[in-house]
Amino acid sequence: MKDNQAGMSLSFKIISYVIISFLSLACLFPFLLMISGSLTSNESIIRDGFHLIPQVFSLEGYNMVFTFPDQLIKAYSVTIFVTVVGTVTGLFLITMAGYVLQRKDFKYRNKFSFFIYFTTLFGGGLVPWYIMITNYFNLGDTYAVLILPGLMTPFLIILMKNFIKSAVPDELFDSAKIDGANDFRIYYSIVLKLSMPGIATVGLFLALSYWNDWFLSSLFINDSSKYQLQYYLYNMINTMLFVSQMSSGTGVTLAQEIPTESTKMAMAIVVTGPIVFLYPFIQRYFVKGLTVGAVKG
Amino acid sequence: MLKKRGFLFELNKNKIMFAMLIPTVLFFLINSYFPMVGIYYAFTSYDFAGGLFGSPFVGLDNFKFLYQSGILWKLTLNTIGYNLVFIVIGNALSIAIAILISEIRGKLFKKLTQSIMFLPYFMSFVLLSVLAYNMFNFESGFVNQLLKSMGLAAVDIYNTPWLWPILITLFYIWKNLGYSMVIYLASIMGISDEYYEAAKIDGANILQRIWHITVPMLKPTFVVLLLFALGSIMKGQFDLFYQLVGNNGLLYNVTDIIDTYVYRSLKVNFDIGMATAAGLYQSLFGFVLIMTVNAIIRKINEDYALF
Repeated sequence: MKDNQAGMSLSFKIISYVIISFLSLACLFPFLLMISGSLTSNESIIRDGFHLIPQVFSLEGYNMVFTFPDQLIKAYSVTIFVTVVGTVTGLFLITMAGYVLQRKDFKYRNKFSFFIYFTTLFGGGLVPWYIMITNYFNLGDTYAVLILPGLMTPFLIILMKNFIKSAVPDELFDSAKIDGANDFRIYYSIVLKLSMPGIATVGLFLALSYWNDWFLSSLFINDSSKYQLQYYLYNMINTMLFVSQMSSGTGVTLAQEIPTESTKMAMAIVVTGPIVFLYPFIQRYFVKGLTVGAVKG
Repeated sequence: MLKKRGFLFELNKNKIMFAMLIPTVLFFLINSYFPMVGIYYAFTSYDFAGGLFGSPFVGLDNFKFLYQSGILWKLTLNTIGYNLVFIVIGNALSIAIAILISEIRGKLFKKLTQSIMFLPYFMSFVLLSVLAYNMFNFESGFVNQLLKSMGLAAVDIYNTPWLWPILITLFYIWKNLGYSMVIYLASIMGISDEYYEAAKIDGANILQRIWHITVPMLKPTFVVLLLFALGSIMKGQFDLFYQLVGNNGLLYNVTDIIDTYVYRSLKVNFDIGMATAAGLYQSLFGFVLIMTVNAIIRKINEDYALF
């Protein structure tokens, strides 16, 4: 009986290792294909297709990307600016709301919570929102339109509220009040300090959504100098597609001069780069914050 | 009168806290509540000169058209169908993987694989479309190269509608597996070792321990995630669909969801009335659905209800 149990555990462990290894490889595989593609000569991609190991090694894709870097640098700076301003402002507002909404002596906290939560249940939809922003607030082609809509979501406020509730004991509020601190002071000198892991998690959610956003650019931005990074990549891929289709249809050898395929892959790598470097640090906080905040619901 | 005094009294007592909520209240008023007025567009034949109340009122014509053309039915089916598949397969797989990974003792291996599986979650959807392109495109895509090297004919994947429900589901799982797996893993870590020790002494093998301890203990997490997912069942993963399929009309029949239809009506066809009508239908349908699900759950177990 004992042996049977141990044997079962062992075979279960082996199966676990095999399945997890396989899945991890499957998750990594498309990235490897992209990296390899960015290092392959364009001709080779067109002739032999994408391979895991470059058939003909070449840096022409990267050369092409960095030949005219102005647009890329512009898109990078727009995204960095939007991400930093949006994340800092959003964090300030979300923590403040979360703090007030979990204060038990704030009588209207449930009413305000419902006011926020209701927006996830029912809404006007994309079109009225779009028309309001472009026609009534005239925010088209501004940086503000890239920042404002993403500042807060009900989900993040609820996450923050739960986090503060579990991280800051109620007695602290009472004793701080007796010491003469007002509600805002309690917030910035006690709550903020005790909620760092929660703030990091919510901050990362915000930063990630700003960094990866292409949708707001596509809706509201016509001026290409205000494109976010992801939308710039999106546009570039579509123009490249257009260029290669044009040239193959008309017999013009434009595609020969512009290494469309390898440039696309190189551009994707350049756009993704920073996240991959920050990723190990980000992930650790994410896991920690989710464990405390989300699991409790 | 008394009530009003109560509010004013509260306001005076907690004016700092009220002030701290002002930005949030303003944000949701502007971003979410004001646009609700624009629902009126759904009942007009919108013209740009007229604006909100200057456009001719057409009653339910927009809805009638959507209904009679069969679009509404197709969109609803696609939207709900995909989401149900995502919920069922996504949750089952993340629970299974979380259990497997929790049994692994090798620390380095565990950390490494967890990080790799979480990686796709951090990538933008635009990048996803690039990855899909170099896997599936007709001339140079990896899949077709593989088929060719095995002596098989290449498949024009972007022209083959029936493949897309599978591909979209695979990409959804690929992108989200790490994230939901980590949430489940966190709740498994929270289960006290004592249960497992006791079960071991009673002679339970590993499968019995998983089935009788781990799986039941994951129920609360599962219910919370399920409720959130059901709540947004009418809103489907716009980025995923749009970036994978884009404006490829050949695939609409199997890939068009309400969100992509509304986006297209707005950006490509300028069909304001129709797009608003579809959006309103989405909102109302979703609202009724959440209320129903919540009421049912409240009946079964009040603790799990959302509100």
